[in-house]
Amino acid sequence: MRKTTPSQDFIRGIWKENPVLIQMLGLCPALAVTNTVKNALAMSAATFFVICCSSILISTCKRFIPNEVRISAYILVIATFVTLADMMLQAYAPVQHKELGAFIALIVVNCMILGRQEAFSAKNNVFRSLLDAIGTGIGFTIALVMMGGFREILGTGSFMEISLFGPSFEPWVIMVLPAGGFLTLGFILLFMGYIEQRKKTKLEEAEAVEASS
Amino acid sequence: MSDEIQVQDQTAPDQQEVPAEKPVSTFRLIATLAIAGTLAGLLIVLVNQHTKPLIDAYKAEQLQKAVYEVLPGTDHYNTYYLVDSALSLTLPEGAKESEYKRIYVAYKADRKLNGVAMSRGESGFQDVIMIIFGYNPNTAKLMGMKVLDSKETPGLGDKIFKDMTFVDQFFAGPDTPLIPTKPGTGKGLPGEIDTITGATISSKKLIEIINHALEEWQPLMAQGLPQTSANSTDEEVTP
Repeated sequence: MRKTTPSQDFIRGIWKENPVLIQMLGLCPALAVTNTVKNALAMSAATFFVICCSSILISTCKRFIPNEVRISAYILVIATFVTLADMMLQAYAPVQHKELGAFIALIVVNCMILGRQEAFSAKNNVFRSLLDAIGTGIGFTIALVMMGGFREILGTGSFMEISLFGPSFEPWVIMVLPAGGFLTLGFILLFMGYIEQRKKTKLEEAEAVEASS
Repeated sequence: MSDEIQVQDQTAPDQQEVPAEKPVSTFRLIATLAIAGTLAGLLIVLVNQHTKPLIDAYKAEQLQKAVYEVLPGTDHYNTYYLVDSALSLTLPEGAKESEYKRIYVAYKADRKLNGVAMSRGESGFQDVIMIIFGYNPNTAKLMGMKVLDSKETPGLGDKIFKDMTFVDQFFAGPDTPLIPTKPGTGKGLPGEIDTITGATISSKKLIEIINHALEEWQPLMAQGLPQTSANSTDEEVTP
């Protein structure tokens, strides 16, 4: 494997290895709580807090954690930060907390977070781990807000609760229901697959031209 | 062993399988998790101590708002707990408040009984519908209703709190028990509530919740509620 630079650690998670859209991790919250942009943002903020704190702590303490109990220790660290995020959201953003319900507690089992700890924080220094966590957190936020925006605009005709199309708009209720989550994710992935394929074809064409000349 | 892992980067994964690993003692494994657990517990307790008053205050405020909303004209109210099948203003010593069912007896500014607010939750179409409603025990009429929590289908079932024509029926003083009626088929009875087309299950359920709560509390209220508020400073909540 090649060595990465700190900036690559940071950039990687945002788009090239986006946790939701490329790695297909953390799909549970991405499907469940993206019916509005506000919910998507609250979920992203909570996840961002948890992944950054966990990465800092785990990369700091990695030498003290025996290999045999590392997964238990990671889960313990993540669960602690999730509990803190849960209590703080309930105290400072009770409306969003009510909307997100059980999904806040379920951040504990978001494989994106555990995955970053096992794959990166456990092997790298604090600075690099934090960069990686911030990048991954931003990538997760981008994916969730994208889905939330798409679903809220079509499902309720508004964005961040600001009405866009006026009262004559008939909302596509299905978009804010669970089925809408699957549809939205499907379309976004389809679109990304299309772009990827076009890039590949262009590259191949260019190579073919080069080879023939 | 953990030392070996931390010195290597993801650049050399095959180095992880260094054969000369010393087994870690069981004591160290337990100690690591115990220390981590203790620290985690401490942190959670600290944050909980800070956030709990805020959370409780918010809940109390929401409840208070709801009581004033479903009992128009309320000046202050008392909380009565169900203790040993009787209504009581006080809880037995050492009892946990959250374990007791309760009603809120509200009074007007002239200290006369205004009505009683009750909250109850039952399964609706998607999940539990939690409501609070106001009831006048002297006239046996409903005074108001508010949905506190519901995950009913957006656009359909959520009309139980978004469709104001439906909600307003509960504020219009219908007789109890309520009778769910299909719109347009009513016989003009004073307890009829028109259900919502497209949200029949949710709206019927909501009416049922009110009827069930009244069935439960009416015998208790019949034992007698103080018609006038004793003392406005004693265990009362005022806006």
